Amino acid sequence: MTGHPHDAARDPGFVKKYLWSTDHKTIGLQYMLTGMAMALIGAFAAYVFRMQAAFPGASVPLFGPVEAADYNYLVTMHGTIMIFWVAMPVLLGGFGNYLIPLMLGCDDMVFPRVNRLSYQIFFLSSVVLVASFFVPGGAFGGAWTAYPPLSANSAYSMTPFGSTLWLLAVALEFVAFLLGGINFITTTMNSRAPGMKMFDIPIIIWTIVIAAVLFMGSVGPLVAGAVMLLFDQVVGTGFYDPARGGDPVLWQHLFWFFGHPEVYVLLLPAMGIVAEVMVVFARKKLFAYRTIVYSAVATGIISFFVWAHHQFVAGIDPRMASLFSLTTLIISIPVAEMFFVYIATLYGGSIRFTTPMLWALGFVAEFLLGGVTGIFLGSAGSDIYFHDTYFVVAHFHYTFFPIAFMAAFAGITFWFPKMFGRMMNETWGKVHFWGTVIAFNICFIPLFITGTAGDHRRVFDYSMFAELATPEMQSLRILATRALLVTLAFQVVFVINFVYSLFRGTVAEANPWKANTLEWLAPSPPPHGNFAAMPVVYRGPYEYNVPSRALDYWPQYEPADATDPVAPGARLPLPQGA
Amino acid sequence: MEATLGPLPARRREVVPNSVLGMLLFVAAEVMFFAGLISAFTITRAGAKPGTWRLPSEPVLPAAATAFNTAALVASGLLLVWANRQYRRNPASATRTVLLAWMLGAIFVVLQGREWIGLLSQGLTIRSSTLGSFFYVIVGAHGLHAVGALIGLGVAWWRLRNGTLSPGFLLGAQTFWYFVVGVWPVIYGRVYF
Repeated sequence: MTGHPHDAARDPGFVKKYLWSTDHKTIGLQYMLTGMAMALIGAFAAYVFRMQAAFPGASVPLFGPVEAADYNYLVTMHGTIMIFWVAMPVLLGGFGNYLIPLMLGCDDMVFPRVNRLSYQIFFLSSVVLVASFFVPGGAFGGAWTAYPPLSANSAYSMTPFGSTLWLLAVALEFVAFLLGGINFITTTMNSRAPGMKMFDIPIIIWTIVIAAVLFMGSVGPLVAGAVMLLFDQVVGTGFYDPARGGDPVLWQHLFWFFGHPEVYVLLLPAMGIVAEVMVVFARKKLFAYRTIVYSAVATGIISFFVWAHHQFVAGIDPRMASLFSLTTLIISIPVAEMFFVYIATLYGGSIRFTTPMLWALGFVAEFLLGGVTGIFLGSAGSDIYFHDTYFVVAHFHYTFFPIAFMAAFAGITFWFPKMFGRMMNETWGKVHFWGTVIAFNICFIPLFITGTAGDHRRVFDYSMFAELATPEMQSLRILATRALLVTLAFQVVFVINFVYSLFRGTVAEANPWKANTLEWLAPSPPPHGNFAAMPVVYRGPYEYNVPSRALDYWPQYEPADATDPVAPGARLPLPQGA
Repeated sequence: MEATLGPLPARRREVVPNSVLGMLLFVAAEVMFFAGLISAFTITRAGAKPGTWRLPSEPVLPAAATAFNTAALVASGLLLVWANRQYRRNPASATRTVLLAWMLGAIFVVLQGREWIGLLSQGLTIRSSTLGSFFYVIVGAHGLHAVGALIGLGVAWWRLRNGTLSPGFLLGAQTFWYFVVGVWPVIYGRVYF
């Protein structure tokens, strides 16, 4: 804002600056804000179908009576939107685009116009998806996994346009993230600041890049499957029709070959955000940096060999089921390793309970529950009982809510000063945290119980099932719905805090958290081109409380003798050649 | 003091040119796309109930005639390798070779199209049998990629002729063409036999 006098003359105008920009920061924020807007639609869908589950037949305020078909499409759209249009754009599109060039110390992505195209295609995909609500027959209601034959034949799904638009939207979304992923990986390989070696890259960049590699490696077979499904829907081929020589389980293989790595595509960036936040507010060097990198790589590789654990009841060979149970249990080892390393990072640190730190700690606690309940579902024997019950729903919400919301809130509250040049309100941030987390747990713990008691996840009205329609079970469902309403109500606190801080928050300095990574060298918010002078990197990103220094942090960009010379004989933070 | 710091880090340069790296990543995703299609083909054929895979009335896929198309495509790829060597010595000298590679590629696409017309007239359609569905989807997906790659290669040739071609563009277009050429023998070997 303290610009050159010429800057005003070169002002590109609103459209060029915010809607047609090639700047990675603008694109990152576009992704993030689109994701947050889509989250409102996803949350509204959850509100409506949970109201129906708790008070069947009642007219839902702002919606009206819920028909069975409404219930189906609301559940489908909730899942689709929250995964593909909220978690993906916020964690990968938002943080990936915003942070990669800043944290690597370069001025932009290597293919800025490809990056703009990526967001435009993503925006188009959102429009197509939202449009599918309004076509004849309504939006697709065959669940976010779109299993054929239900999804392949409009005589079954009764959404001739909705299911095709759904497929089209998902395909467009994949193209967008494919283009984005190419940018992420190429930029990280070729555009790092001078001096930034492989193991000087911040963990979040590692995890985003590994996630991009996973996405690009796994999305091809799903696109192939989607093309075949599209032909089944539109042309009338029989790829998934057993009567005509096709195989419906083939879709499940192609879908989950992508779908399971996708879980880690989202988990890894969340883990990266949590690592960055935790280190800064524990004021302590990240414990076992390389172990995290290797664990993330191992998680990524193993994630390609676990997909059939979604198909234990689909009639796959039992020998194959045991194999996939084994790989599923094995993948918990590198993930657990990362959690242990995070806890070790906290141990002995000078912990500061800021809002981002609370979200990061909350992520660890809640995801742990999600991970542990996953053991029951990964083992073929117990999964046959739990399959498609609310236990599964509760399990993956304990993984996805921490990923898509808690880690995202940690990241947003942490980088808000960098993004917008103002601080968010801490008090209201903490109110938002506690309200959300407590209500979230009250919402989903009852669902573990109802799921174990036999609640099937796709039942529209339990009054038709005498053994499930007991008052005890119904009171748990009502409790979960009430807690959901509280969770949603607390998001208003966040929105108000976000908008208020955007205009009235305390003005932030360049490095308000006293952190080490390169984005904090740039002004807040960074101008086009990011840095006044391109940074040079002298050390790893996590040098906090180095014994020889007076200051408790040591930025990557600071030459060793600038303010605080290394004492004679002191250990250099990174040995040469590391 | 300087001694304890060690040598200052060197300036970074591109490990692999951006255009090639970007295209390689895209190609990797594309390889997985075709791997998905071909494995679906293989699994479905292995598990098909008798009589559903190929109808007796349908024509047999013309493997022998397609061998000629395959040869044309592979020759095009080899010519492009040669063109790249010429380009590195003297950019202008590669113009004719690039055009020749492009023409061989175009011949492949045209002959494939003619083959489709023949098969359709003999009763193999996308809806007639599972084989027909897979044949048109897999070969059609490859054909679309070939057309896209030919457009890229054509632009490269046009710019080369006018002296406006950047080395990065040629490398990117080349990488994609090699992918189109390289994946075809796999498709040919799996689908036509």
